[in-house]
Amino acid sequence: MRIPMPIRKEKERILDFKEVNIGYSLNEAVAEASRCLQCKNPECIEGCPIGVDIPGFIKCIKNKNIKGAAQIIRKMNNLLGVCGRVCPQERLCEEKCILAKKGEAVAIGHLARFTSDNEDNIFILPNKIPKNQKQKKAKRLHKNAAIVGSGPSGLACAADLAGMGYDVTVYEALHEPGGVLRYGIPEFRLPKKIVNDEIEKIRKMGVGFLVNHVIGKTFTIDDLQKEYDAVFIGTGAGLPNLPSIQGEHLNGVITANEFLTRINLMKAYSPDYDTPVKKAKQVIVVGGGNTAVDSARAAKRLGSDVTIVYRRSFAEMPARMEEIKHAKEEGINFIFLTQPTRIIGRKKVQGIELIQMMLEGQDSSGRMKPVPIENTEFEMGCNQVIFAIGQGPNPMMAKTTKISHRMDKSIVVDSKLRTSKTRVFAGGDIIGGDATVIRAIRDGKIAALHIDEMLREK
Amino acid sequence: MYKILKKQKIGQGIYELRIEAKHIVKYAKPGNFIILRKNETGERAPFTIANLDNKSITILFNVVGKTTADLAKLKKGDSIKDVAGPLGNPSEIGEFGTVCIVSGGTGCASAYLLSKALKEKRNKVINILGAKSKDQIIWEDKFSNISDRLIVCTDDGSKGMHCLVTKPLEKLLKKQYFNRVIAIGPPVMMKEVARLTYQRARTFVHLAPIMVDGIGMCGGCRVKVGNETKFACVDGPEFDAHEVDFDSIIYRNSRYFDEEQESHEKHHGSCITKAATKKKTPVKQKSKKTISKKKAANKKDIASRKKKKTINKKPVKKKTARKTKK
Repeated sequence: MRIPMPIRKEKERILDFKEVNIGYSLNEAVAEASRCLQCKNPECIEGCPIGVDIPGFIKCIKNKNIKGAAQIIRKMNNLLGVCGRVCPQERLCEEKCILAKKGEAVAIGHLARFTSDNEDNIFILPNKIPKNQKQKKAKRLHKNAAIVGSGPSGLACAADLAGMGYDVTVYEALHEPGGVLRYGIPEFRLPKKIVNDEIEKIRKMGVGFLVNHVIGKTFTIDDLQKEYDAVFIGTGAGLPNLPSIQGEHLNGVITANEFLTRINLMKAYSPDYDTPVKKAKQVIVVGGGNTAVDSARAAKRLGSDVTIVYRRSFAEMPARMEEIKHAKEEGINFIFLTQPTRIIGRKKVQGIELIQMMLEGQDSSGRMKPVPIENTEFEMGCNQVIFAIGQGPNPMMAKTTKISHRMDKSIVVDSKLRTSKTRVFAGGDIIGGDATVIRAIRDGKIAALHIDEMLREK
Repeated sequence: MYKILKKQKIGQGIYELRIEAKHIVKYAKPGNFIILRKNETGERAPFTIANLDNKSITILFNVVGKTTADLAKLKKGDSIKDVAGPLGNPSEIGEFGTVCIVSGGTGCASAYLLSKALKEKRNKVINILGAKSKDQIIWEDKFSNISDRLIVCTDDGSKGMHCLVTKPLEKLLKKQYFNRVIAIGPPVMMKEVARLTYQRARTFVHLAPIMVDGIGMCGGCRVKVGNETKFACVDGPEFDAHEVDFDSIIYRNSRYFDEEQESHEKHHGSCITKAATKKKTPVKQKSKKTISKKKAANKKDIASRKKKKTINKKPVKKKTARKTKK
């Protein structure tokens, strides 16, 4: 049996924004690590988009060598603490685990999280403090690279390039680095301390961060091209979709991006911060992804009564399993196979009109296609509607730079992640990624390899 | 950290701040704005660039809420934690001919740089400045240096004409043709200007709705323009006045009024006046009442407005806003 993750009680956690999962103790982690069969041909590694040596680090945990485990993961992944928390493991490494076929997979995500939390914890490593392996500082190559955007792909690319010996500068448009890890994922799922720590580690590698620099506005890509030997664009998805229905301009209709930015980046939930956020009584969140579940749980913590409305069924929900489970525990209502048709109100939202849907055939994304059932409209009262129905690539680059892009403003790249501009690479959601942190990291790493290859050739 | 090089009180509750921000001046143009955050706990607040030189930008603001009250307390030599920009699209500057720039309250701040740039392009620039009273008129001396004709209006008649900015505009429109009218100020003022110039002059307005990031990510600043949803921060702030749905802008600006008032009272112990939401430039609280009274008096106006409404309605109904991507 898989060792359950210790979590905080529902009643307690809906009152604050602190993290829900408490994390394994050493004994629990060792017990869970012992479940790993150490397969000869481990399939879990194939399930990981960046190919972390999963059995290797689990073996280290089993031997209580946490530092060693951390080193194994960090070889591939500089955002260890982040991935242990936000990866949809049930669809990646854990899905491939041989134990999953018969029962429950090894809790790879929880173990990764345990590793990141305790890699510097000397109390839990009795008599086994590993030799202080001083990381060899890479030889400086006297070539520089600019990274646009400090989200997961940008950070991964920056860390890898710095590790290779390049001088790296990261440009961030907002006032703090981290991108979606900062403004998108809430504190109760990914404490900002973890993000700060990971960024601090990357900073110590010699990476410079310039915040408040909106590339495209403050400087252009052409400016960066002149000043740097290579440029990586990782500006991510940043354009919130709206449903184009009647009433979306009413007060109380808000995009999940705005709601979460106010809460996560601007800390609007804390009375010490100036940014306001509406604390509505009845909140309807539209959508079924992580953004929807995050918004719903954040609204719950502000004291609202929350209902998630999703147009497909439970099985198709793209959100992380653990988060859906936590949301249900916290008393969030779910209405499936339903879609809004109009928002009711004068100036302010008073209600929402919904229509029932059924699933038919397949759409372009390979999922079941929701189709409205005629004459099944019904109304629900609410004071706030949060739309979390996906987002498009950030159009800033496509609008301000002559770079080859698609209709939806995503940037076109080749297999080496090169764009149409020389020495400019791109990765993550800006090239039309699938909105997971780990695939963005993979893009950042691939780009770093090809940037290195290009700069060595020169 | 960005240093304050100059702070000056230029009128009743109106302040000028010159902030050192070398990274912004390279591409800053008239119409651009910045977003600043005073300190760690402050909010991200947008301000139009009122003036700039080779290393600093100047902003003007009226104390309307907590953020502006906090900024007013800063002194020369203090610093501001974050300044990002230049954001938004610059205003279109061309050789238009005769341009009338109508501005009210701190909207005059944006009008100055724009008037200067238009003047340099050999346009004939007519400025109409509005303020509550004589000690709230912004940069009258600066405007008089660049303007071909400067008309000052005050609500209380303490200086210049005793009327709203729309009255001299209405008179001028009867007498002469404008190649372009630009209105910058409170939404009610811009709405009235748009009504007056409808089918008479090409008119643009500068919108300053509530926003958070200012780089097109949150969608909080969305406005209805024509049949589409636009984001004022990346698609604007300049829009065709005759396409803008001002009514939704006016009520959307009051979204966080309760929260802002609470925050302001907590920190500064005084009540802020309604209609003044913290993040926008509007100062001139030209009350809706005076306008509506005026309208009531003028039956013709009402009739023409009704007609216009019916004309406008048709296309609005047909299509719904912004197409969802993917």
